[in-house]
Amino acid sequence: MSPALLLLVALGLGFVGWLAGRAKASAFQAPNPSARPVARPNYHGWYVALWVGVPLLGFAALWMGLMPLLVNQSVLASDAAADLPEFGFMRETLLAEARAVATGNAAAVFDPQSRALVEPFREAIQRYTVIGLVLALCIAVVCALWSYTRINPSFTARTRVERAVMAVLLIASLVAILTTFGILASLIFETIRFFGFVSPIDFLFGTSWNPDPMSNPDADQGDRYGAIPLFWGTIYIGAIIAMIVAIPLGLMSAIYLTQYANPRVRAWLKPALEVLAGVPTVVYGYFAALTVAPFIRDIAQAAGVQNASSESALAAGLVMGIMIIPFVSSMADDSIAAVPSAMRDGSLAMGATQSETIKKVLIPAALPGIVAGIMLAISRAIGETMIVVMAASTAANLSGNPLDSMTTVTVQIVAMLTGEGSFDHPATLSAFALGFVLFLVTLALNFFALRVVKRFREAYE
Amino acid sequence: MRTRDVNVYYGDKQAIDSVTIDIPSQFVTAFIGPSGCGKSTFLRALNRMNDTIPSAKVEGTIELDGQDIYTSGMDVVQLRARVGMVFQKPNPFPKSIYDNIAYGPKIHGLAETKDSLDEIVEKSLTRAGLWNEVKDRLDESGTALSGGQQQRLCIARAIAVDPEVILMDEPCSALDPIATAKIEELIDDLTGRYAIVIVTHSMQQAARVSQRTAFFHLGKMVEYGPTEDIFTNPIEERTKDYITGRYG
Repeated sequence: MSPALLLLVALGLGFVGWLAGRAKASAFQAPNPSARPVARPNYHGWYVALWVGVPLLGFAALWMGLMPLLVNQSVLASDAAADLPEFGFMRETLLAEARAVATGNAAAVFDPQSRALVEPFREAIQRYTVIGLVLALCIAVVCALWSYTRINPSFTARTRVERAVMAVLLIASLVAILTTFGILASLIFETIRFFGFVSPIDFLFGTSWNPDPMSNPDADQGDRYGAIPLFWGTIYIGAIIAMIVAIPLGLMSAIYLTQYANPRVRAWLKPALEVLAGVPTVVYGYFAALTVAPFIRDIAQAAGVQNASSESALAAGLVMGIMIIPFVSSMADDSIAAVPSAMRDGSLAMGATQSETIKKVLIPAALPGIVAGIMLAISRAIGETMIVVMAASTAANLSGNPLDSMTTVTVQIVAMLTGEGSFDHPATLSAFALGFVLFLVTLALNFFALRVVKRFREAYE
Repeated sequence: MRTRDVNVYYGDKQAIDSVTIDIPSQFVTAFIGPSGCGKSTFLRALNRMNDTIPSAKVEGTIELDGQDIYTSGMDVVQLRARVGMVFQKPNPFPKSIYDNIAYGPKIHGLAETKDSLDEIVEKSLTRAGLWNEVKDRLDESGTALSGGQQQRLCIARAIAVDPEVILMDEPCSALDPIATAKIEELIDDLTGRYAIVIVTHSMQQAARVSQRTAFFHLGKMVEYGPTEDIFTNPIEERTKDYITGRYG
């Protein structure tokens, strides 16, 4: 029985339950207003439908988890399984092969010994499918009848249905949170494995990044995994160069848009700016690698810099800064616009000029929002991958010269995971440790940004 | 201040129709009238705060000391330093009490030294009757004060740039009776030093604090005269209806 068909059956039965519950509740007469049924017929219908659908699907899910075990057990109990090898890999392979054929996932068996197992498998699967189906239907019918008999004029069906809806909403919100924890857990797990090879001190404070996926993993990894150059490259490109571009441009465009632009200009400039946020980062990557980087190299050479790289930190940082502008400007725009107009009028009525009002009243009042926008922009910039993968190099340089090639944490994660190293080699595992650090840093930035916003929002009221 | 045949439009809609009034500098002048009659609009025309509303347009002449304030030669920044304004809802800046007061003097360059700035701050707060309440916490945020204190802070802020006229747009409508009484007391104290124009919904308040009253109705100024005459012996039927309607 395929899950899709099962779902259809559950929906169908649920619909029948809904109709029945509604019909029964519709028949209630209200002799006077005080004796009116507690819930409207619709809610009674939903109540029955939920009692049909949820147990049915719940049982089906349970059964699908349980069935392979039951099937295996019955196959092993059959005569054909008597001469299987007692233990280990062989036995598992034979069983898996037979199961694959029985379920139609494979065309034929290679091993004659497993051929004998195909029939018992097929039989067991069929048997348990039928048993499961019958049980599921029984449960659905029993639940339906039970809930149906509960319907009476004073039954509080509405509050029960609302509670069920609330449970669904709760589950929906938990999914995101649990996923975050799941990601974190998997990162932590692999990171711990990595730190089994390389000490955290060497990793966090070493200044030489030179992993070799082909080296012998059991040999001393020495000082190959010093991540400082990567952290520096990330900060230099994402938090310094990109922000030098994005903060002034973003702020100034927000000020222009909220304070000076007339409505018609604003009406098309603001969406145009937001389009910038919708451009896929890989397109920025092309732009950085093919246009900006060679341009910067040419200028540097014309200015007499000898070894200007075509993969300069400057190129990646500049383009990343452009990409970040909409984040900074839209947050700044929102928070400037959120400053009560009484504040602005108050300042103007004192005889302050518009620019004095902006500098001394609006920006200080909007500062929390602006700062939060900048922090979110930084966390976005340091987590950005495509631009730096395409425009920055993979050479880990610890340098302050923006024309040097540099690499970032995200570039190295990509490089390590797309390499040929196996998953138990420290070079590959280092990607997880880097990802973990990146995760913590961006988490901290987002956390503080939200705290800042919240703290100062209160100051207004 | 003198105005002659002032019309104010919001887009196509005329909000003020041909208002001519002389506002004496030594008195408190009250504008009364039902909601939407244009008294606040007219008040905002007096220091060109309507400029911040793109669709607003002002016709006619408004003179301050014989100088037309709507000519291109008039600097709106200078004008607003001479004609200060207090708003309906207290709107202190989210800065310290000290910085709230020092804001105006700083942008207009009224204080050369820190000492003279301190002096202006103290003088303004004292005149606004707030000094004793806040002198020990000048670096606390202005927004942390109570509503009535905030409004007095806004008045002190307006006083700090030493204006000739102070416009008050329903300054007590967001305050409780006790805070209102304090503001009214303060307005009494300031009478004579500044020309004060107050828009109010409360006729008792107009009667208490003002020496001149103008009654506005549907964008027109119906009647203007000494407060006592307006309240006890109005000439116009509409004024009488409004005043008696409110009382009885």
